[in-house]
Amino acid sequence: MKTSAKIYSGIVFAILFAPILVLLVFSFNESKSLSVFSGFSLKWYRELLNDRNTLEAVRNTLILAASATAISTVMGTAAAVGINKIRTKWYKAVMNTVTDIPMTNPDIITGISLMLMFVFVGRLFGASTSLNFVTMLIAHVTFCLPYVILQILPKLRQMDKSLPEAAMDLGCTPMGAFFKVELPEILPGIITGAIMAFTLSLDDFVISYFTSGNGFETLPIRIYGMTKKTVTPKMYALATIIFFVTLGLLLISNFVDEKDEAK
Amino acid sequence: MSTAKRRHPQNAYRAALAPYSVWSFLFVVVPLAFIAYYAFTDNQFAFTTENVTRFFTATSNIVQEDGTSVEVRTYLLIFMRSVKLAVISTIICLLMGYPIAYIMARAKERTQKTMVTLIMIPMWMNFLIRTYAWMTILQDTGILNGFLSALGIGMVHIIGTEAAVIIGMVYDYFPYMVLPIYSILAKLDNRLLEAARDLGCGSLSVLRRVIIPLSMPGVISGITMVLIPSISTFYISQKLGNGKFFLIGDAIEGQYVANNLHFAAAIAFILMLILLVCMALVKYVTARYVYGGDEE
Amino acid sequence: MKKWISLCLIAVLLVGLCLTGCGGKKGLTLNVYNWGEYISDGSEGSFDTVREFEKWYQETYGEKVTVNYSTFASNEDMYSKISSGAVSYDVIIPSDYMIARMAQEGLLLPLNFDNIPNYQYIEDTFKGLYYDPDDQYSIPYTYGIVGVIYDANVVDEADIGGWDLLWNEKYAGKVLQFNNSRDAFGSAMYKLGIDVNTTDKAGWDKAYDELLAQRPLVKSYVMDEIFNMMESGEAAVGAYYAGDYFTMVDAQADNVDLQFYYPENTNFYVDAMCIPSCAQNKELAEIFINYMLSEEPAVANAEYTYYASPNSIVYTNDGYIEEMGEEAMEVLYPELGSFAGEYNKLAYKNLDSDTLSYLNTLWENVKIN
Repeated sequence: MKTSAKIYSGIVFAILFAPILVLLVFSFNESKSLSVFSGFSLKWYRELLNDRNTLEAVRNTLILAASATAISTVMGTAAAVGINKIRTKWYKAVMNTVTDIPMTNPDIITGISLMLMFVFVGRLFGASTSLNFVTMLIAHVTFCLPYVILQILPKLRQMDKSLPEAAMDLGCTPMGAFFKVELPEILPGIITGAIMAFTLSLDDFVISYFTSGNGFETLPIRIYGMTKKTVTPKMYALATIIFFVTLGLLLISNFVDEKDEAK
Repeated sequence: MSTAKRRHPQNAYRAALAPYSVWSFLFVVVPLAFIAYYAFTDNQFAFTTENVTRFFTATSNIVQEDGTSVEVRTYLLIFMRSVKLAVISTIICLLMGYPIAYIMARAKERTQKTMVTLIMIPMWMNFLIRTYAWMTILQDTGILNGFLSALGIGMVHIIGTEAAVIIGMVYDYFPYMVLPIYSILAKLDNRLLEAARDLGCGSLSVLRRVIIPLSMPGVISGITMVLIPSISTFYISQKLGNGKFFLIGDAIEGQYVANNLHFAAAIAFILMLILLVCMALVKYVTARYVYGGDEE
Repeated sequence: MKKWISLCLIAVLLVGLCLTGCGGKKGLTLNVYNWGEYISDGSEGSFDTVREFEKWYQETYGEKVTVNYSTFASNEDMYSKISSGAVSYDVIIPSDYMIARMAQEGLLLPLNFDNIPNYQYIEDTFKGLYYDPDDQYSIPYTYGIVGVIYDANVVDEADIGGWDLLWNEKYAGKVLQFNNSRDAFGSAMYKLGIDVNTTDKAGWDKAYDELLAQRPLVKSYVMDEIFNMMESGEAAVGAYYAGDYFTMVDAQADNVDLQFYYPENTNFYVDAMCIPSCAQNKELAEIFINYMLSEEPAVANAEYTYYASPNSIVYTNDGYIEEMGEEAMEVLYPELGSFAGEYNKLAYKNLDSDTLSYLNTLWENVKIN
């Protein structure tokens, strides 16, 4: 890298991580303030570990993100393979447009539209609760799907089209051809898609805000609920822990890659 | 034999697509119909265009700097302000993000991986918490000003200004700009660039004539992914704008909270139409002029 | 094609099943919906109300109960979820005017006081308040008065005393105003001496003009941001709920000296426990409410929220009085003569939908100026 490039990326990453540094520092604050640092203390970490509701919200957030990722990755992969093979022009255009909609629609609209529908259908069936874990999951899968599909489609296009055909000529079933030949080729796309889906689901507040319901409180909803009282440094402590866990995962994955390359 | 085989995979592909088709229909298309339905009905679900016309005709008085007041169309004004802030944020994101994406794409493979993860890590911290941290930084008595005054430079007043809201938007949506551009640039064929150089292009003109045009799809999806959420955000404007900015997202959320679901749906419906038309236009124009009519 | 149709059907069925099926609960579940940070949750060594309740219930009734505790950010937020029929909670803790509205719309269930013997500890002056004149639907949880918080290092002693301080040009750029329509308009109307529940649009218009005049002085429209801004000296004047002043004092910066007073006319509010009509387990909800009124949880919650408690076993509790300190006791429990009298005169009441939407429009106009 050229020096100028290094300096520039240094500045950008410094800005990117400045707020995280702030979180880190204030998570060790002794008082409850998020703007006045009064002394070093580990008490917010202790508090966090004793706060069952927040830990439950973390657990819920992870469950939601993981299930949304699993569903949207499987369905998205199948869909990408299918879309790639569509020959009818109008059908392809329709599918492309439908895939684009959740991306070009502001999340507030996605959230409200799903909420209106769930509530309406819930009323129709006379359900006691029409918003719950499942509706949140549906919403999250819906907005993750296009990202997964758009990661996989290019990989499919790059792939040599004769490969699966050759496999089938050699006696593979279409299913077998897909799993033996196509899947390994597009796997990087699938993984990137899954990571994106997980990240988006984890970070989403707006859509969750509109579609959340009974007894399943995720972290963003919990934090937003603190707006009459105040957000405590507990949440900063949580963010700090998340940061180090992610960083750890990154280091481990790099380390594993290195080993793989060495082999 | 051969035809039977060919038909068979075609069916399998159709089956693979089926769950997604059903899903999109139920959870993408139908909900949009619900938005339209709510937008054009009143509380008793009787047809009305009142909500939609209210968006265009509601007026209010605004006190100008010189103390006189003018009558404005409330929601059109709110919409224009949202667009303005979102466009500025998107441009800044693009100007800052493109070079980073380029640097990333040119780096060694391992560095690339690390940089992608570094870009994504902030997204794993909660969005609300990140915005909170920016409040601590940008306040008049905040960290930035503490830093500046320690250096002997005067104070800057940022929080509550347009700049603060824009900083918040740029920060929060930056990864959405960088990642799509990067993924296109990373795939660029190096031989193409060499060929251009061999044909006598300078670095700048390689950039202008080869790299930038080829990366347009990435740029466009980056712009989409930043512009859309910045137009409709309501949390950033509340926190970093000192509650003095009222954007279209705030308007929708405000109507939802005030239990005016039908008017909230009407605003959402109009916003959606405008954005869909704009995006279709962008696609059409780029398809026509950048790729000479052949998009895929 | 057959496959397609069957898949369609399965998907629709699944959705339908989930929407209806998830309402059915296994074992005992109690869904509680409360303001954020509004219950003692075991932090800083305090009493963990929800967990203790679960323990207590198991010991007393020999059955396991799981409390699903969720939070909301505002009354309106809670109302739009409940009234749309989207959620079902067993216990909710809204504010007074919202209780009136929900009761009127049939969204609350009358309580069975046989299951809530601890109701006897609620002081009489908190009974028969306007929002629930026959004490059918609600049991007060906390109450409070809105007061003005100021930084004595910035504000002159001579300027304090009324709502005027929030309009004082000397402190331009240092003033905080509420970021919700009702409280913001309330402050202007108390200042002008207009009835905060008037249906006369002229009254709201006057308040609107007052808020517009104030806007150039306002540093920020805030809710929870007020904590940071007052603590760090970012702002010098702001109005908020009495108890929160002490939270701010605890964390104030060295060069900040926060003080507090009640203006002459100001907002009195009560937040009370209710059972919404969507409740799945009313009796369990009543047992929970009763538990909340018993000594240990009641004291712990009052200490945690820093708001005044209408529960006589709380404010006569020696441990509590000591924990709060003399100043806090004076501020939180001022000599009022009759709370009910002041309260019924000054509290926010439920506005009719016309006035409410007029208020919303005016508030949007304040915000876009």
